[in-house]
Amino acid sequence: MNRTLELLGLLRGRRVRKLLATVSFDATAAIWKHAGGDFDCVSTLEGHENEVKSVSWNASGSLLATCSRDKSVWIWEVLPGNEFECVSVLQGHTQDVKMVQWHPFLDILFSCSYDNTVKVWAEDIDSDDWHCVQTLGESNNGHSSTVWALSFNSAGDEMVTCSDDLTLKVWKSEIQKQQVGDGYAPWKHLCTLTGYHDRTIFSVHWSRDGIIASGAADDAIRLFVENKDGQVDGPSSPSYKLLLKKEKAHDMDVNSVQWSSKETRLLASASDDGAIKIWKLESIS
Amino acid sequence: MTIGLINANPIVHAKKERIARTEDLHCDDAVDPLDIYDSVRDIRDPEHPYSLEQLSVLSEESVTVDEKRGRILITFTPTIQHCSMATVIGLCLRVKLMNSFPPHFKVDIKVSPGSHANEESVNKQLNDKERVAAALENPNLRQLVDECLQSNDL
Repeated sequence: MNRTLELLGLLRGRRVRKLLATVSFDATAAIWKHAGGDFDCVSTLEGHENEVKSVSWNASGSLLATCSRDKSVWIWEVLPGNEFECVSVLQGHTQDVKMVQWHPFLDILFSCSYDNTVKVWAEDIDSDDWHCVQTLGESNNGHSSTVWALSFNSAGDEMVTCSDDLTLKVWKSEIQKQQVGDGYAPWKHLCTLTGYHDRTIFSVHWSRDGIIASGAADDAIRLFVENKDGQVDGPSSPSYKLLLKKEKAHDMDVNSVQWSSKETRLLASASDDGAIKIWKLESIS
Repeated sequence: MTIGLINANPIVHAKKERIARTEDLHCDDAVDPLDIYDSVRDIRDPEHPYSLEQLSVLSEESVTVDEKRGRILITFTPTIQHCSMATVIGLCLRVKLMNSFPPHFKVDIKVSPGSHANEESVNKQLNDKERVAAALENPNLRQLVDECLQSNDL
């Protein structure tokens, strides 16, 4: 069973080198090169003890992260000649890791798990070691059941997580401070979207123009936007509203939703029913 | 597998008399809780040569159906609080339902409240579909489940 696809395009001079990473229940990750309309497998990454759940490229394409039911997160470095070297095995989660996702422009890695937490991993300045710099758990207003996925907004200062606890949570970090070298800027809970889902939320994705899409075990896709009208409490407590609920988007669980990176308002969804659907969001009132 | 039986002296109940059921006049999509119960009552316990019904792990009250939303809930009662076979029984239920009813039904399988020491953990495992898929790819577990599903008494 293949679970995740992540496409990376690298620019080298005038040639565009495209690599695709896939992961599988067979405990491996595979790297494919796009050549003449087809994909050739150029490398196989072994090491995880059991099913690999997710893979993510960092912004520059120099690092790859994988995670598994074996509770670990692996960071791989991309070497010349399509070689990959494992540079770190991150232990810390106490249960299966469901998804990994790099920050959109900083080399900080996020992982979410069956242990109900989200962990943030960063490289030490002095050494080449990676370690967990923050854990978002129930004590920081985190989720009370498995966290299945996370996604960043385009500015990279907010993140949304989705869970088996039937909520979406929005988090914020003063990432600008981190960028100017002020040290690690922790993530803080901003708000929880509750009461919109009645079955596990498997996937969440934040579009470039601020629409959060969720895919859930009730076969529906939901879209949320920030509620900008009538802010009573002021800028410190934003709220979100349901923009649209597409019931029976699929015949079975929606496992993945993703906005197009090229065309805003274009959304892809994948389901246990074996279908991949492309949706176009028509006018927003 | 474990050397000693987890529960060496289970209480065995007489088989409940089955009433021959007449043809259903419902439409084809209708799913009756009793249909579901019929499909799972004879699943064999992983440790003892008795059915889940005979050991009172399952009863007619175990099954609830929300037909409008297409949801099935099965609660089962392990014979003892520390039953390590609870997850196996749950897996058997899931496989039997997967094979017997249309895939659009959402199935939740739980231990009846208060019946197991690790209730939360067992319920969580049984309802995480990736965990279920991984368990069914384990050849030993799969074999045990298949053995329990071979209904010898009809």
